[in-house]
Amino acid sequence: MDFISILSIFVLACFVGYYVVWSVTPALHTPLMAVTNAISSVIIVGALIAAAAAGSPQAKWLGLLTVVLASVNIFGGFAVTERMLAMYKKKER
Amino acid sequence: MHEAAPVNPFVALAYLVAGVCFILALRGLSSPTTSRRGNRLGMIGMGIAIVTTLVTHEIASLAEILVAIVIGGVIGFVIARRIAMTAMPQLVAAFHSLVGLAAVLVAAAAFLNPGAFGIVGADGEILPVSRIEMGLGVAIGAITFSGSVIAFLKLNGNMSGKPILLPARHLINLGTLAAILALIGLWTAAATPDAWMFWTVTALAFAIGFLLIIPIGGADMPVVVSMLNSYSGWAAAAMGFTLGNTAMIVTGALVGSSGAILSYIMCRAMNRSFISVIAGGFGAAGGGDAGAAATDRPWKRGSAEDAAFLMKQADQVIIVPGYGMAVAQAQHALREMADMLKEEGVTVKYAIHPVAGRMPGHMNVLLAEANVPYDEVFELEDINSEFAQTDVAFIIGANDVVNPAAKTDKSSPIYGMPVFDVNKAKTVLFIKRSMGGVGYAGVDNDVFYQDNTMMLLADAKKMVEEIVKNLG
Repeated sequence: MDFISILSIFVLACFVGYYVVWSVTPALHTPLMAVTNAISSVIIVGALIAAAAAGSPQAKWLGLLTVVLASVNIFGGFAVTERMLAMYKKKER
Repeated sequence: MHEAAPVNPFVALAYLVAGVCFILALRGLSSPTTSRRGNRLGMIGMGIAIVTTLVTHEIASLAEILVAIVIGGVIGFVIARRIAMTAMPQLVAAFHSLVGLAAVLVAAAAFLNPGAFGIVGADGEILPVSRIEMGLGVAIGAITFSGSVIAFLKLNGNMSGKPILLPARHLINLGTLAAILALIGLWTAAATPDAWMFWTVTALAFAIGFLLIIPIGGADMPVVVSMLNSYSGWAAAAMGFTLGNTAMIVTGALVGSSGAILSYIMCRAMNRSFISVIAGGFGAAGGGDAGAAATDRPWKRGSAEDAAFLMKQADQVIIVPGYGMAVAQAQHALREMADMLKEEGVTVKYAIHPVAGRMPGHMNVLLAEANVPYDEVFELEDINSEFAQTDVAFIIGANDVVNPAAKTDKSSPIYGMPVFDVNKAKTVLFIKRSMGGVGYAGVDNDVFYQDNTMMLLADAKKMVEEIVKNLG
């Protein structure tokens, strides 16, 4: 993809992020941080490419190490968010 | 060696779907009723991104990768299940540090094996535009990592929450930042880029992350954690540019804006500029003097029995929790107290200040953990007008956020900060460990000395438990 297309996606996504995040209720700001943390681990995609490629053994091991780190984040982040969200209950009436 | 793979439209589409799932995951958080569905969509998005990457790349050894995912996954899952809710700020800081480190390592791997990432130019060097992206990615990632490690140590109590002030720190920080940017520029512009430039950028960025966070005090951590959240997003976005990957760019932009907005909300709630928080040093001086002056003024001490009696007679009680409630782990006892009051026909509401606790939404999570229904919990602007018609304001572990000096005393360091008008309630019950300490801002609080204030001096949890006994 050329740089301008990528940049367009990025700028538009910033605007989407701006409006979506303002609509998040303040009561859920901690889960918001936990889940954004989990999804930013999508950087695992880069780690997988490095780990999958032949060519540089150093890059491969860095890649594998990063896959471990990012997996901690992905599984930990989503699980802890799920745990928190399960606690929010409405009044029983 | 790998050629840059031609972009398969289905692959691009899969990453786009993953990006959309992430947007919907955040969108779900607009209400607790839709939030869990949102979180599931986030997981689906992540699954799509990972599977797409694995099926579209030639993989030297799939087994190794799966083992790596399982190791990380088990560690993450176990941590997530075991962590105490009060430790959530530390956990989030620790997770941020991992994202930062992951960004650094991905950039380093791309640097060592650029062919795999399809970023090699005709001259055999990494493309200049990719060098900018990688340089920024590695720098932001390294700052996120070392900054988050310091934030973690401060939040976890391994390191004093007090600001640590180096001489000429602003000069050092600005100089280091300038050096990082200059080196990235040099690396990009060079015809035959030297490896040392990339590694020096990395090393300097690790250093500055550390230097930036040590002068910032414990109670400013909500801003710091949000800021680092934002950085982790920008780091992911920068690497997304390098890889031309839509899912990473969209996610990076979402996370980056999310953290930036949260930092802004926190700063606004303290009436301080982002720059002044990041410059650090707040709460470093003045605390001692103000505390000493306080003891001369008359104040009333109450007992758990008095508090129970007063609240039983009330029509409405508003509870204002703060970081002290988290420290004392008093949320469960507090909910028990509220339940007993409700049985007596008292209306109980909770009032949460945006900066209460050590991260955005910290108090809400703790109350939710203690089974407090979220529709009894109100934000500052929604409940503040009600204090005038409230019989008892019950302050537990909060201080600066109920200090009227923020409205009246122009010389106060917290002047202009939005605060709860607890002084307008008929009676104020103020749980505090002792009269000696003052809030984070180090300023005295007139509410302590009001005629209608009763100080309940004890550990928050013990005091609430005592009140519960007296209500029974």
